[in-house]
Formats: sequence, structure tokens, C-alpha cells
Amino acid sequence: MKPNEKGKPRFDAAKRKSLGRLLKMLWQFYPVLVPLTGLCILFSAVVSSIPATFTQRIIAIIEVWVQSGDWAAAKGEIMPLIYQLIFIYALSLVSMFTYTQLMAYITQGFLCKMRRAMFDKMQDLPIRYFDTHRHGDIMSYYTNDIDTLRQLVSQAIPSLLQAGMIVLVVLSIMLYYSIWMTLVVLTGVIAMLFVTKKIGAGSGKYFVRQQKAMGKTEGFVQEMMSGQKVVKVFCHEEKSKADFDVINEGLYEDSFRAHAYANILGPIINNIGNLLYVLTAIVGGSLLLAKVPNLSLSGMALGIDIVIPFLNMTKQFTGNFNNASQQVNSIVMAMAGTQRIFDMMDEAPEVDDGYVTLVNANIAADGTITETEKHTGHWAWKHPHGDGSVTYTELQGDVQLTEVDFSYDGEKQVLTDVSVYANPGQKVAFVGATGAGKTTITNLINRFYDIADGKIRYDGINIGKIKKDDLRRSLGIVLQDTNLFTGTVLENIRYGRLDATDEECVAAAKLAGADDFITRLPEGYSTMLTSNGSNLSQGQRQLIAIARAAVADPPVMILDEATSSIDTRTEAIVSRGMDKLMEGRTVFVIAHRLSTVMNSDVIMVLDHGRIIERGNHDKLIAEKGTYYQLYTGAFELE
Amino acid sequence: MFRRMIGCIGEYKKLTIMTPLFMVGEVTIECLIPFFIANLINRIKTGCPMSDIYRIGGILFLMAALSLTFGGLAGFTAAKASAGFAKNLRKAIFYKTQDFAFENIDKFSSASLVTRMTTDVANVQMSFMMIIRTAVRSPLMFVFSIIMSFYMGGPLAVTFVIVVPILTFALLMVARKAMPAFRAVFRKYDKLNESIEENVAAMRVVKGFVRESYEKKKFGDAAENIRWDFTKAERIVALNNPVMQFCMYFNMVFIMLVGAQLIITTSGAQIQVGQLSAMLTYGVQILMSLMMLSMIYVMLTMSAESMRRIDEVLTEQSLLTSPENAVTEVKDGSIDFTDVSFKYSARAERYALADIDLHIASGETVGIIGGTGSSKSTLVQLIPRLYDVTVGSVKVGGRDVREYDLDTLRDAVGMVLQKNVLFAGTIKENLRWGNPDATDAELEEACRLAQAHDFVSAFPDGYDTMIEQGGTNVSGGQKQRLCIARALLKKPKILILDDSTSAVDTKTDALIRAGFARYIPETTKIIIAQRIASVEHADKILVLDQGKIVSMGRHEELLKTSLIYREVYEQQTKGGNANEAE
Repeated sequence: MKPNEKGKPRFDAAKRKSLGRLLKMLWQFYPVLVPLTGLCILFSAVVSSIPATFTQRIIAIIEVWVQSGDWAAAKGEIMPLIYQLIFIYALSLVSMFTYTQLMAYITQGFLCKMRRAMFDKMQDLPIRYFDTHRHGDIMSYYTNDIDTLRQLVSQAIPSLLQAGMIVLVVLSIMLYYSIWMTLVVLTGVIAMLFVTKKIGAGSGKYFVRQQKAMGKTEGFVQEMMSGQKVVKVFCHEEKSKADFDVINEGLYEDSFRAHAYANILGPIINNIGNLLYVLTAIVGGSLLLAKVPNLSLSGMALGIDIVIPFLNMTKQFTGNFNNASQQVNSIVMAMAGTQRIFDMMDEAPEVDDGYVTLVNANIAADGTITETEKHTGHWAWKHPHGDGSVTYTELQGDVQLTEVDFSYDGEKQVLTDVSVYANPGQKVAFVGATGAGKTTITNLINRFYDIADGKIRYDGINIGKIKKDDLRRSLGIVLQDTNLFTGTVLENIRYGRLDATDEECVAAAKLAGADDFITRLPEGYSTMLTSNGSNLSQGQRQLIAIARAAVADPPVMILDEATSSIDTRTEAIVSRGMDKLMEGRTVFVIAHRLSTVMNSDVIMVLDHGRIIERGNHDKLIAEKGTYYQLYTGAFELE
Repeated sequence: MFRRMIGCIGEYKKLTIMTPLFMVGEVTIECLIPFFIANLINRIKTGCPMSDIYRIGGILFLMAALSLTFGGLAGFTAAKASAGFAKNLRKAIFYKTQDFAFENIDKFSSASLVTRMTTDVANVQMSFMMIIRTAVRSPLMFVFSIIMSFYMGGPLAVTFVIVVPILTFALLMVARKAMPAFRAVFRKYDKLNESIEENVAAMRVVKGFVRESYEKKKFGDAAENIRWDFTKAERIVALNNPVMQFCMYFNMVFIMLVGAQLIITTSGAQIQVGQLSAMLTYGVQILMSLMMLSMIYVMLTMSAESMRRIDEVLTEQSLLTSPENAVTEVKDGSIDFTDVSFKYSARAERYALADIDLHIASGETVGIIGGTGSSKSTLVQLIPRLYDVTVGSVKVGGRDVREYDLDTLRDAVGMVLQKNVLFAGTIKENLRWGNPDATDAELEEACRLAQAHDFVSAFPDGYDTMIEQGGTNVSGGQKQRLCIARALLKKPKILILDDSTSAVDTKTDALIRAGFARYIPETTKIIIAQRIASVEHADKILVLDQGKIVSMGRHEELLKTSLIYREVYEQQTKGGNANEAE
């Protein structure tokens, strides 16, 4: 928990603050139930600490009648007390039943709301967030960190509340009976607090380390599993076992320490309790024997009827303290977890200042455009102006980049002075080494990132003015890393346009050249895809992704290495479909493989963020520049 | 299953046994303490001399110290034993997976193996610790407390005869009802997390298709669904508390009432006030130990699923093992496929490879061309026995691959895979995978042959340059050349390049091949490629289509006889003399 000595206080303060915020959220989610539950918990806590006073009174009665042995007379005094006790217990049971049931409801409701809030927030985060955070880390907010919240809400908080209340009530009862003896108990409490703090810090530290060591082990195993073939081919099994042993040993050390600290805390608190118990008995006894005048809020004289309940209260005290101290780890872990969750939820969402929207349009013979509710197959940009007037521009797919500069981190320039003019229906290709900035250009067109300088216009409109959702709806993308969703093949294709009919989806698959293999799957279009379509080959997944984009039927398409995993011969077959797919659309193509881009209208050769050559295939070949070298294989790409 | 698990305790057996022994010590003392306290109280009441009080107090202090020692030691040994047990389990699983055939790994999926090694082992570790700490402690505590309460409390102990069965029954019912509910909901919960993972990975697609609100709704529905299942399960478990509390209260009232009557009617002859407080303490201990027992029961059944998943891995038989009396020498680099057919799993309908008959003489260079899914990689993976044939036989150096010791065979076959993997570490370390004892001069020689030496020495740290996990800091072409060098260091009799020069430019590619011909002429070379240029000078070129060899011959012959070959060739040379660069 101590990254460095200096940074510690602020770090902890931030964590405590986020814990407070979490509690506030909990309260806001359940403004009635949370206080109600809290009251029930407090009530049953108070009730379970009261019996001590009954014990005292009953014992006092016993003391009075024990010599005479007259039970009948004693009964008259004891029974009302017993009835009262039963009544209180019944109330306590009701409140306990109520709050445990409510807790189950609240905990799960709260977790569900948190999960949804996190997920909703995540959907609104810009792509930059996902590019700069490891996916495994994001996932652990939903699994590990949420789990720490569950511990906190369902166990730690009620335990603390209950224990705190009992301690308070018991303490006041103690003061009521005898201040001297209360002081004895208090010294014990101070010792317990001290021990809990010391040991709790130790175990917290090692639990966090254990978590880290676990991550390291996972990383190593993952790497070895994905490289399993290499391991085998090189008979490297023994060496990787040895490497694993080292990491495994580290995890063992941390895990052992963390649990040892946690395990020892219980017995220590318990036995401080035992000592306290004995001490109280001795002090009580001595006071009794020495006939020291009692000092108490009640003014009662010290008697055996006070010492016995006092001992029971000490026991109760320790037990509750022990319960509370067991929650220390949960709280330490929950604070770290809450902090991480809030860090994510506090990320700035993707902002959208766009006001130009995409609408269905009727285009009259004279070219005037009117807006309509119906799907007409024509679209127009609706552009409201400052003076209240509205103009419509037909959606054509004309994309122009003018002198665009861009940098991801504000330091390293990724694109410099890039100008690209894509007329409606043109196919524009980008060629260049990894890191030359090809994908970056497409990231800018659909505004996954915003440009630093220059202009991008879509049908003559600055894309900064277009609502992002509408802009992206007008662009279809197919990426190199194909991501499919759990569901059937058909559902995956329909992802492109949710209201597409089955026939439209199949038609799109045919267009993409995917129909052939899909129909040969065990259940055709109804085949379930799981784990990102792991039952399909990479090439097949790309074909489904192309079909998915095709069903969306956008005027502009971006194909980022969309056919990289399809071999040249299959690609030749697919490309007939692709050509049909690209017909009448503006298409941006990124490919390593030059055969994919050869027939483009314009080919841009990028190098270190600058366009160094542009023109069609024949022109670039004739120029005998970089493209020519690439083409003849004299140059290495990647 | 349990026996196999227990076997994994290994060197931590002593600690495992010590923990409950310490616990016995702790429990014994803890049960004696109320006895002495009662004694103390009675003495105080009767007004005994201070020296008596100090004596008993001293004994009690000593007992607390002993109890602390025992408890602390037990906590320590339990932590150490359970962490060690977990370590051994992880080790056993990892070692096992290293000996697995791919079919075994595919059966589990590597993600699931990782989960078993982490989450499942952690579950088992927790319940193991819980069990060795409390499995002895709780029943002992229970028995001790019962005995002591009958001894001290006499008729008062009747209360436990009433309360214990009630609580036992209630706890069992709750556990039995809750467990299936939890198991079902956890399965759903895993699915929910998988869908989040899917979303995180596919964020570009989600945003690209403007599906944010669609995904939110989908997730919201699933989350709500799980919420109610979880709530239902937790509400069952939440019954434990009131039931437990009811029993406690019953105890209190019973002991108070009956105790008071007993004391007064017998004038303190049978029991005294001191016993009353002891009985209350024993009551708490008895009920608590029952509660703990029910928790053990729940933990055990919960972790039984994890144990089963771990055991599944440990008992899995590797499908590829070295035979007894294995051959430990590979004579030469000749390869013979006789009527080989192969499918990846027994259930698969279609053979991935069918009727392969192929004979390659030692030292020959063979090229393989074919489309996506034509099983080129599958064919060559049979040679180092990464998979076993389904029908027919593969011979290397004149003997069936199944007769060789696996290490011997794989040492003789150098294979550069399509999915190149470099591991986190320096270039040198990565190269030494090929031969741990290679000298620097040998490393350099292999790199020269793989055309990697120039760029490696251009790095500021040369051969000591760190490669990041997944090899992300070298280019694809460089990675491929390093992988070739790594394979060359094995000095294999057979060298297989599975599409391993696709990112290398044609000139370098040609240099590599020329180097092979010149410096390792006796090595059999098999080259799978997408580029015709990479294979056109081979002694023999195979054209694969849908798992069958459709044509075989030299470049010139195939141009005439094979339609597929000619198509690919024309595709690649269209518009010039050149090839694609991928």
C-alpha cells in the first residue's frame, strides 16, 4: 500500500474519498432502504447488547432469594423480566430477518447498478481510452474490483456498523455500572486497535502483492500457452517449467505472508480478549474484596451482580471487535478497487459537438431535397444554421482531407500535411510500412480521434460539425482484427443494420463471398459463434465482417487490412464480390498486399506520416519510386 | 479425486497435520477458560482471600498466552500449508500442460487452462485453509463445550439438546437450497463477464456501427437478469443469521429462567451463579462451531467444482507420449508419408488431410503451395509429431515417427511456424531456444544464414536487445528471420518453413534460400509459401487443395499441368515480373 513514503498520504486520502463517494452512491440508489437497513442493523445491535442488563437484574434477584430457596416468590420477580427479554428478542429477530433480506436485495441491486453504470460509461469513452488501457485491466474492474465492492457492501459495512454500535452501547452500559472496570476494558481496546492497525497494514500489503504476483503468473502462463507450438518444436518444456517454478514460488511467498498475517490477527485479538476477561475478573474481584467505593453513572455499589454481566460484556466486546477487525482486509482491498472503478468512471467521455444530422431524404427532379420519415434509399445532411434556417445536402460520400496534422500524444507527429481527395465512388488505397500512419487516417475520418490541424470535409461539411453517430452511420468499417459477438452467424451479420431482414443478411453474405462456407457450417446461418468465432478460421471471420459491413450499406467504406488473412487465390474469388460491394461507394483500402490495392483509383504511399507518392498503379510504376520498389519486391514492408 | 489432490500437498504434509494439532491445543484451552472463570467468580462471590484470586488469575493468564501461541502457530502453519498446496497444484497443472498434445490443449482451450491454474486453485487454497483450521477445531469445540456444559451445568445443558438439532437442520436446509442456486448463477455470471470482454475487444466495431445504446441495452438486460438470480440465492443464505440468532436467544432465555429456578430451589447446592455465565459462553461456542461446520460444508461443495476442474487436467492423458524403448537417433532427413489421412478430432466429419502419399529424399528441397484451408500447415505438423496421423504412417529417416523418443525427433526437425512467437527476453536468449549451449559465434553464423545478422548488429544493444512480450518491437520481417535463425541453431536434419518469409522482401528471401542450398545441403528443406518465387526453384513442389495433393512436380511442369498453380502464378506476376509484398 505504500508506493513511496511521500506519496502515501495523498494516495490514501484519495482512496478514502472514493470510498465516501461510493457510500453516497449507495445511499442515492436506495434512499429509503439503505437508512432502513441501517436502522435495523443498529436496532438489532442495541438489542443484542441489552441482555447484559437483564442478566445483572436476574442475578441480583437470585442473590436475594438463594438463601431462602423460595422459588415461588422469586418467580414473581423474574418472570416479568423474562417476558420483557423475550419481547425484545422477538423484535430483534424481526429486525434481523428484515435487514439480512434487505441486504441481499440491496447488495445485488447495487452491484447491478454499478455494473450497468460502468458499462454505460465505458460505451461512451473515446477509442483513445481503449488504445491506452490494457483490456485485461479493464476487465478486472468488472470482475475483481466489483467483487471487492460486494464484500464491502454485504459484509464489511454491516459488520462495522453492528460492531460499532454494540461497542458503543456496551461501553455506555459499562460506564453505567462501573467506571473503574470500564477503564480496564478500555486499555484492552487500545491494545486491540494497535494490533489491528499493525497487522492489518501488513496483511493488506501482502494481499495487494499477491494480486500482482497472480497477474504475473497469469501473464506467463498465457504467453507459454499461446507459444505452445514453439515450446514443443524446440523441446523447451523443461526450461519453461523451470521458469514457471520461479514465478510460482514468488506467488507462494506473497500468498503465504498475506494469509499468515490475516490468520494471526484473529487469535491475537481473541486472546487479548481472554486476558482482558481475566483482568476484568481480577480487578472486579479485588475491588469487591477491597470494598473500593464504586464510581459509576448509576451510583450502584459494586456487587457480584455487576461483575458477572461485566464479564459477559467484555466477551461480547472482544467478539465484535474481532468481527470488525476481520473486515480490515476487505476494506483495504475495496478502497483500492473503488478507486480504480471511479478512475474509469471519471474519464472524460467522448464529446460530440456535432449538430449536422443524417436524415432520410426525398430528392425531387430539380434537385431540391426535402426531409422525410420514410426510408427512401436517399440520405441527406440536415444542416441547421445560426439564423434558424436549415439547408440539406445530399449524402454522396465525398471525403476531403486538407493539410491534416495529427499526433496521438501531442509529441510524436504521426501525420504531417496529409491531403487526400476522394470523390464519390472512388477507391483510394493507402500503402506503407507499419506505423506510417495508414490506420490513423481512417481513425480520423470516423472521428475515433480528432485532428490537430487541417480540415476534413464530408460532402463539403466539416466533419467536426457532424454528429458523430450520424457520421459513423454513413461509414462502414472492416478491420484487420475481426471481432465477432457471441450469437449466431446471422445475428452477427445483422449487427451492421439491426432492422435488416434475413434475406438481406444472406444477400450481404453472398456479396461478401461468405455464403459458400456459411452454408457448409453444421447449422448454416444459425451456427452459434462463441469466443469471437474461435470455431472459424481467421479468413472466414473476415468474410463475415465484410458481410456485416455490406448489410449496413453505407456510402463510404473503410477496409483496413480486411482481406489480409484470405489467401490470394480466395481473395481473387472474394474480390469479385468485393468489387460489387465497392461499386458506387467511396472506399478507403489499406493493405499490405499490393494485389489488393492495384486496381484503386488513387494509391497513396505513406512514409512516416507523409504522403510521398500518389497516383494510380500505372503512374506509380512508371515513376519507379517507392511503390515500384515495393511492387517488385525490392523493398521490405511491415 | 481427493487422494490425487492430497498427493499435491507434498512437502507441506507436516504443516498440514500440525495445524489441526495446534488447533486442538487452542480449543482445549479455550474450553477450559470459562471453567476457571466460573471458579473465579464463585470464589469472588464467596469472598475468598486475594491470593486465591491471583493464583487463578495467573493460571488464566498462562492459558491465554498458551492459547495465543497455539492459535498463532496454527494460523501460520495453515497459511503456509495452504499457500504451498496451491503452489504445488499450479505446478502440477503447468507441468502437465507442458506435456500435453495440442489435442489435449484444444479440448480445454488455453484460456480455461489459465483460469484453472489461477481462480480455481485460489478457491481450493481458501477452502483448504479453512478446512485444516476448522475441520478439527469446530467439531472438537462442539464436543468439548457440550461435555463441559453437561459437567458444569447439569440440567441446564438440556437446552442444547433442543437447540442443536434445530440449528443443524436449518443450516443444512439452507446450504442445500442455496448451493444449486449459486452454481447456476455463477455460470451465468461467467457468461456476463465474457460478454463484457467481447465488448472491450470489439469497441471499434461497436462505435463504428454506432451500437453503443444497443450494447447498453443488451448488457443491462443480462445484468438485471443475473441480479435477480443472485438476489434469490443470497436471500436463502441470509436466513442463516436469524436462525442462528434465534437459537442463541433461546439459549439465553432458557439458561436464565431454568438456571434461576435451579439455583434458588436448591439454594445453590447444584449450580451456582458462576456456572450461569459459563453456560452462556459455552452456548455461544457450541452454536458458533455448528455455524462453522455448515460453512465448511458450503465451502467444500463450492470448491468441489474447482477441484473437479483441476483434477480433470491432472488426470488427462497426454495423447502424445514417447514409446518405451524409443529410438533415440534420427538417421537422415528422409520423409515418407504412406496413405496418410488425418482429422483434428475423432468427431470431425471431414478429414483435414486425405490419402497423402509423399516421399522426400534426404537433402531435397520441397515447396508447398495451396489456398487458405488446404491443410498445408497440417501436413508439415505431422513430421515433428505435433499431431498423430489418423490413418497411415509418417516415417522420418526410415522409421515411423511414433517409434522415436519425442525429444529426439523434435530436435531433428527444425520448424519455423506460421504464427511466429518470440518470447520476452533478449535476442540472444530467444535464439538459444534453438540450442542452449550455442556459442556467440554460432549464434552469429545462424543469423548470417537467416539474413538477420545485419539488422541485429545495427541495434544499439546488438544481440542483447530486449524483445518485448509477443515480439512487438521488431518488424514482421525481422521477427521471421530471427525465428529462422533460431530454428537453424538446432542444426536440424529437416527444416520446415511454414510461410515464414512472407514479410521478408524477395531479395532477402532469395538470399536466405541460396544460403540454405550452399551451407546446409544435407538438410531436407520444406517450404510452405504464398509466393511462387519462394518455391519455384524447389526440387519438388506440391499443390494442396482441400487436404489433398492435387499436383506435384517442378515449377515448369506445374505451370503446364496444374490449373491452380498457373492461376496463382499469373495472379502474382500480372502486370510485371514481380511479386506481392505482404
